[in-house]
Amino acid sequence: MKLHSIKLNSIKTNSIKKKRAMNFEKKSLFSWLFLLPSLIGVLVFFVIPFIVVIGYSFMNNPIQKEFVGFSNYVNVWNNASFRDASRNTLVFSFTAVPLAVVFSLLMAVMMESKLPYKSYFRSAFLSPLMVPTASIVLIWQIVFNFNGILNNFLVKFGDSKIDWFKSQEGFIVIISLFLWKNLGYNMILFMSALAGIPKELLEVAKIESANKFQVFWYVKLRFMSPTILFVTIMSLINSFKVFREVYLLTGDYPYGPFYMLQHFMNNTFATLDYQKLSSAAIIMFIVVSALIYVLYRLENEYGKDVEG
Amino acid sequence: MENQINNIYRLRNKKKKELSDRTKKIIVTSAALVFAFIFILPTLLTITNSFMSAGEINSNYGAIYSNFEGDKKTFISKTVNLKFIPDMVTFSQYYTVLLKSPEYLLKFWYSIIYAAPIVVIQLMLAVFAAYGFSRYESKFKNAIFFGYIILMLMPYQVTLVPNYLVADYLGILDTKWAIWLPGFFSPFAVYLLTKFMRRIPKELIEAAQIDGANEWYIFSRINYPLCKGGVASIAILVFFDYWNMVEQPLILLKDADMHPLSVFLSKITSGEISLAFAVSVIYLIPPLLIFLYGEDYLVEGISYQGGIKG
Repeated sequence: MKLHSIKLNSIKTNSIKKKRAMNFEKKSLFSWLFLLPSLIGVLVFFVIPFIVVIGYSFMNNPIQKEFVGFSNYVNVWNNASFRDASRNTLVFSFTAVPLAVVFSLLMAVMMESKLPYKSYFRSAFLSPLMVPTASIVLIWQIVFNFNGILNNFLVKFGDSKIDWFKSQEGFIVIISLFLWKNLGYNMILFMSALAGIPKELLEVAKIESANKFQVFWYVKLRFMSPTILFVTIMSLINSFKVFREVYLLTGDYPYGPFYMLQHFMNNTFATLDYQKLSSAAIIMFIVVSALIYVLYRLENEYGKDVEG
Repeated sequence: MENQINNIYRLRNKKKKELSDRTKKIIVTSAALVFAFIFILPTLLTITNSFMSAGEINSNYGAIYSNFEGDKKTFISKTVNLKFIPDMVTFSQYYTVLLKSPEYLLKFWYSIIYAAPIVVIQLMLAVFAAYGFSRYESKFKNAIFFGYIILMLMPYQVTLVPNYLVADYLGILDTKWAIWLPGFFSPFAVYLLTKFMRRIPKELIEAAQIDGANEWYIFSRINYPLCKGGVASIAILVFFDYWNMVEQPLILLKDADMHPLSVFLSKITSGEISLAFAVSVIYLIPPLLIFLYGEDYLVEGISYQGGIKG
């Protein structure tokens, strides 16, 4: 009797499980319906044409469509302006991104301390987000122009003028612009991460008589490692976006250090050289993906014991 | 005796600590003040200078533009004068921009025409897609989501090549659609909203399911209302991005007459510097208002992005 009821029960639960599984599948199909509009758009406007771009990168031209192997890549790789542009972009990104991460972290720590009128400071630091590109360009010209404010100061203190837009120091112009524009954004990310550190953890550290620096270095930083990764990736992406301002500041063919990959792409667009464009785009795609992958792995190594 | 000495020491230490705390606070606050000033300087400068007369602006900043032109080396003034307070407050710049040079207003209108539909439709599509991603997660779905992340992180210079090809194929180059369509399907809002929706407690949805709610009901009565704040904050971020677009119009709109104000404004030449500030201020007004009213949303939206695994 008992056995029987147990058996019956198990049959019942089994059938319920089956029903649920069917329901689950049906509903999961339904959830795909929600995804569909976006998915179709992404496929049509990004993925499928990207596959075509890959195809173009191996052809001699879009009309004859002859397979030429890697020769387009070799051509782009050997292109002097492509090399210049890649070098400048990499040098810029690898200088600007670490600076952005460190400075915004410091700012977040500063905001975390007892600062009066905190919300006003936050607004001030975030305000560059909304300033239109063109105003930024206007102001940066006023500051860094040969007859501009900065040179006025230099002359006053007995230095000679620097032609910021036509010298190696031009680097400072774009890095300052990049930092000014992105620090506030990154700071908010770090502030939310700092606020998310469990209080118990910090108390334990205090009881173990860790000093402030140790708490910051061994507890907070480690706990924030996913955010540090994210800020690094976002800064990297934004370092590519600084092209807007650099382009508007200096035009199509700027002086040395200003010539970025984006200029190269823009100028290639002007001549509509499909082979060059597609192979350059794919090289960029591979490099950016590889960078993101490396950062991701680094964070996994460093932060694995925190996330558990 | 010993006790007294100890007490004195303790007091002294306490005082010392208080003093150093105070000096620390002063140092931190003044550093923050300097930083904050640098951060708002460009906005401040643009606004105050927009109330100067053309003559005053020319004499203050003439040095830049005559130099910038290249071929004519006439300097209206030798050096740049940084001035915050106009000699005489005048609305003459605004008068010229708003009434005498309709091209600026036209470009302003273009900027709205390009940005507004993208914000609305990108978010609409994203609300649905985010729901799709956050429900019944499977390995396959997560792989697609990862693809969205990679796509989001690609610089414009990579995605513009495929965009150009499609626009060319569809014959929509040099039309608004070339800007709109890739914007509608941009993965940025999908990514962020999915992160919002994944944080909705599963119990809430399960409880609704037990009560017999169907998917549409769950979406429209639970997920969407709980994400309204997220939608607002992401809309702000998307708007800022497309309000300032430069790359897309430069490549997808060969016809310079169709460029939005963001591109047009940068081509202001020496003859028009006096207008630059007023045009900038007019261009600043929509994002400024959104910023002032929606700063908390904006901060919330940014905060949600931390941690890419989400």
